Amino acid sequence: MVDSFPHEETPSTDEFIKGLWRENPVFVQVLGMCPALAVSNTARNALAMGLATLFVLLMSNVVISSLRRFVPKEVRIATYILVIATFVTIVDYVLQAISLDLHKALGAFISLIVVNCLILGRAEAFASKNTAGKSAMDALGMGLGFTAALLSLGAVREILGSGALFGLPLFHDGFQPWVVMILPSGGFFALAGWLLLFNALQERRARLASPAAEPMR
Amino acid sequence: MTDDPLWSVFVNACLINNFVLAYFLGICPFLGVSGKLATAGRMGGAVTFVMLVSSICAYGINHALIALDAPYLRLISFIAVIASTVQLVEMFIKKVSPALFRALGIFLPLITTNCAILGLALFQTNKGYDFAQCIAYALGAGAGFSLALVLMAGLREKLELARIPDVVRGTALSLLLAGILSISFMGFAGLGG
Amino acid sequence: MNGIPAPAPAPRVWPMYRSLVGVGLLCGLLIVSVFELTRPVIQRNQAEALERAILQVLPEAVSSRTFRLVDQARFEALDGKPGGAPLAHAGYDADRRLVGLALEAQGMGYQDVIRLIYGYSFSEQAVIGIRVLESRETPGLGDRIETDPGFLENFERLDVSLADDLTRILHPVEAVKHGAKEHPWQVDGITGATISSVAIADILRRSTEEWIPRIHRSLDDFRVAE
Repeated sequence: MVDSFPHEETPSTDEFIKGLWRENPVFVQVLGMCPALAVSNTARNALAMGLATLFVLLMSNVVISSLRRFVPKEVRIATYILVIATFVTIVDYVLQAISLDLHKALGAFISLIVVNCLILGRAEAFASKNTAGKSAMDALGMGLGFTAALLSLGAVREILGSGALFGLPLFHDGFQPWVVMILPSGGFFALAGWLLLFNALQERRARLASPAAEPMR
Repeated sequence: MTDDPLWSVFVNACLINNFVLAYFLGICPFLGVSGKLATAGRMGGAVTFVMLVSSICAYGINHALIALDAPYLRLISFIAVIASTVQLVEMFIKKVSPALFRALGIFLPLITTNCAILGLALFQTNKGYDFAQCIAYALGAGAGFSLALVLMAGLREKLELARIPDVVRGTALSLLLAGILSISFMGFAGLGG
Repeated sequence: MNGIPAPAPAPRVWPMYRSLVGVGLLCGLLIVSVFELTRPVIQRNQAEALERAILQVLPEAVSSRTFRLVDQARFEALDGKPGGAPLAHAGYDADRRLVGLALEAQGMGYQDVIRLIYGYSFSEQAVIGIRVLESRETPGLGDRIETDPGFLENFERLDVSLADDLTRILHPVEAVKHGAKEHPWQVDGITGATISSVAIADILRRSTEEWIPRIHRSLDDFRVAE
């Protein structure tokens, strides 16, 4: 984690890939749960929330990693919070300008991106020690991983809870929606279901890979 | 909206729209420290205390910002002031009452990034509560958070002894429990009438 | 790591101030410029959304104008000036005749506060349309107040005509059990969403009792556009 000298590595695709699967923020690290559960009752809300978070994460990671040499370490957390809050405020206004309905549906949870542990976590763990390019890749990967996780939660909840996806009805009229999936408790159940799937997959892979010496990516 | 009686504000924040189970705020500490009953109780106390302090601060800031006509600074000043208040409170308690400080332990700094605190500040502003209502709202939210945390911890302590498939252990199990708790809290809706 | 703790260098205060103030200034600048850039768009969006809601609850109207209540007695046109709380939106038809008023009202529902806008028609002396602006009612049950066609039919002509002295509503709006509606001032509830439908009726009753007599007393204030 020492700052590398002139021949800095080119931002490798590994920084990008890891957030998508191996270190997926929601399913593997279980970070940023509040927005993941709160606004994932439809796929559209989930996608919007994911993209808003991706933007904040990308911008704040880039800014923080370019400022990292100028900010004394005693005040670094305060600076991170200032930078993150700035970009969240910007997203808030831009979203209001783009679509008032969407902004209303997400409500205060846009502002609450500030305290998403994922963003502060990446700032402290990655952006404060790496170059702007690498941090951008890291943020893109993590942000897309977060968006994908949110989208899969939102899709499951919307398909089961209202028999539709992105507002388009999927089933014929006989379908009785599982109302519980739209309710707050449905968020917990859907996330628990995905975590179970991930756990089962990981366990199976560990069992298959155990004889091999090299751990699999 | 601002003429809600205080008890209604309290019940609303504590039971009907429980911060953890209906708004999903403060999930991280909810999942993180709900393993033991004793810790859960203390964490609940610490969060309630910080909520009260930051609710008062947020009320003041909001009025200052309205006077300055600068609504766009709301979020950034809320988070900055809450974070620094928590630090100040931490130092103050450490100086005045070391026993209390030890009891709250590592929870105080953790609380800064608890979304429930910022959520409280934002919601009370959106709802346009007056000072007394803000206090009732903060106490209700804190009580609701503590209640959810303690219930969860009790359930998890019982489950320690149960035989559960390995795949389900950990976060997935906690989430399933939280889902069931959340359904049962829906029964409280309508109380605020 | 030589075992002897090195004396901690006293943290220099100046770089901390410099970086905090610098970052703070930059952030403030950024926020203010984005705010200024997006403000006209946001205001236009909000005005359009309001206009759409008004024209939806007052189907005959083609244009609208917002009024503010002054001194509890008189209405004053806003014409783009920032408002404040008690507002009434007047709707006019193509000949610029006053057809009705759209009023906002709110109250406690089952889960949280419900906010709605309703249209009042002068010729019918009735509520002729409502639209829920904000609610967190239970999906699938309580939220049928927004979607249930049978329930919304109540508000195509909900009688709120005034007594002869124009000071009170002859028959205040009331909610009845599903299927028990007999009079045009009753709201036919939804089975399974009783509290939500009663809440809507209560919100309407309180708002109409307060506003309709007041509006009739100062009817001329709204005619300025003719």
